[in-house]
Amino acid sequence: MTTPAAPATVAAAASPWRLRSGRSWMGWAFIGPFMAVFALVFLAPIAYSLYLSLFQDRLIGGNTFVGMDNYAQALTDTQFWSALSRVSLFLAIQVPIMLSIALLVALAIDSGRLYGRDFFRISIFLPYAVPAVVATLMWGFIYGNRFGLVGNINDGLGPTVPDLLSPDLVLASIGNIVTWEFVGYNMLIFYSALRVVPHSLYEAAQIDGAGQFRIITAIKLPAIRGALVIATIFSIIGSFQLFNEPSILQKLAPNAITTDFTPNLYTYSLAFSGQQHNYAATVAIIMGLITMVIAYAVQLRGMRKDV
Amino acid sequence: MSTSAPASSRPGASGARSAAVRLRTRGRPQQRGAQSGITPRRSVLLTLLTGLVLIYSLVPLLWLAINATKTQQDLFNSFGLWFSGDFALFANIAETLTYDGGIFGRWLLNTVLYVVLGAGGATLLAVLGGYALAKFDFPGRRAIFAIVIGAVAVPGTALAVPTFLMFSEMGLTNTPWAVIIPSLISPFGLYLMWVFAAQAIPDDLLEAARIDGSGELRTFVRIAMPLLGPGTVTVALFTMVATWNNYFLPLIMLKNPDWYPLTLGLNAWNEQAATAGGEAVFDLVITGSLLSIVPLIIAFLLLQRFWQSGMAAGSVKG
Repeated sequence: MTTPAAPATVAAAASPWRLRSGRSWMGWAFIGPFMAVFALVFLAPIAYSLYLSLFQDRLIGGNTFVGMDNYAQALTDTQFWSALSRVSLFLAIQVPIMLSIALLVALAIDSGRLYGRDFFRISIFLPYAVPAVVATLMWGFIYGNRFGLVGNINDGLGPTVPDLLSPDLVLASIGNIVTWEFVGYNMLIFYSALRVVPHSLYEAAQIDGAGQFRIITAIKLPAIRGALVIATIFSIIGSFQLFNEPSILQKLAPNAITTDFTPNLYTYSLAFSGQQHNYAATVAIIMGLITMVIAYAVQLRGMRKDV
Repeated sequence: MSTSAPASSRPGASGARSAAVRLRTRGRPQQRGAQSGITPRRSVLLTLLTGLVLIYSLVPLLWLAINATKTQQDLFNSFGLWFSGDFALFANIAETLTYDGGIFGRWLLNTVLYVVLGAGGATLLAVLGGYALAKFDFPGRRAIFAIVIGAVAVPGTALAVPTFLMFSEMGLTNTPWAVIIPSLISPFGLYLMWVFAAQAIPDDLLEAARIDGSGELRTFVRIAMPLLGPGTVTVALFTMVATWNNYFLPLIMLKNPDWYPLTLGLNAWNEQAATAGGEAVFDLVITGSLLSIVPLIIAFLLLQRFWQSGMAAGSVKG
């Protein structure tokens, strides 16, 4: 994101009131409250976890400075790496599917060729307003054999649908829940971006003989590239943070979802079941770094002009 | 929606814009936005294809609504996507509201408390901060922007453990404050308000007010705030959803069920069936789930006009 070239800065600097006094501290009166809370709930915890990650609570000697030992331990921790590879697999499959559906729906709604356009837009967005807890319970019940739809299908047609809560399929089942929750949200981001592309562009292209497909690839997609990049970054962050859905589904599928299923579940059980606060903080920092590096790489790649 | 200034600061847009200029000069005179001359023909096929996604989105909600009308027995014995047996919706609602000494009502009130103070506070802080970033040049402005945008990429759960340890040392865990204070910060909300304020408030207007001797606070309340309306509604709605749906934060912060929000409470009811001697209350979990999503859905439907224009402004900047 480009910080300096904000249009507002230029305009504000040009105002005579501002020129007289140059920069003023007045802005702090407005941003101060935000920054105070931000420091308490963002900056302090980050600093504190950096501190925690350098210590170990030992039986003999108590809280001891251990330097990078915790990090060294994490790098060879197979539980952590298998959790990370599981969310990476999730990311590689679920995010492209979700964003493609969202993009196709946004293009369809924006095209003006749908009957009942507004109904489509609001209905597909609705699942976003459903809490992850409710979404997961609902889908968990539907997946279930006892009173779910899958159970109904199997009762009616014999055992045709495999157990969606089995260890082999549970990751895909979670992927479906997450897709259901966020397709509409991403669709709306894309749709809002498409809306502000001037329609005269499409008409001009049509007059020049461009087909619909060409208009999409040559005009629409480049014009909403910013929205595509943002949605991709949010989805990457969301995948690496995967916690709510597996954590809630755990009760319905205790054999399939282990306490180290995702990096966040692992951190959570380290901290709250295992009381290993220092090591939990270390794992959380490593996950944060990995997420930031990948999000940054996507942004650099996505914002380059010649992709 | 004006497409002028912010769109051009986006690298991707410049290509399309210059193409626009080129094509426009060759084509017909410029036309604006949705009032285009060519109305595309509606397509049954496209409607049906998009309808698949629509069905996918709505069927689980339909399942929830239908099954909230069933007794627990019928839940197990009937087809999930159609009504069966007695219409027990009102009995279920009554049972949900009175079960375990009416704790569902307590959870609902807790949720409302967290939403009003957490999301309301987050919106206020974002509006004030966004206005400052857009309309004032002050020392540290660029640094603030960089830090806050960087913070968006920090996984929320990475902060959870240290925040919990800090709060427990401050004696805040197991109190409503442990849920409300972290909810007050919405980096995305700040960003959206910044973009929105930059477009929505003309600098001339602020100058005129200052020349007339209006104080900064008065200028903000009387002039800026009304112009920030749609952006404020958008941020309010999205922070409201985030607070209403919050699960992870209360999960680690709260031990006492009396302070649970709805999400934790429903999950506790669901887990109850799995514990030894616990009563299975799936009918209540389903009815409670339905009750807990209705207010948000209504809010989104009623405020459509506002949040959609707010989102449009945010996505322009994207």
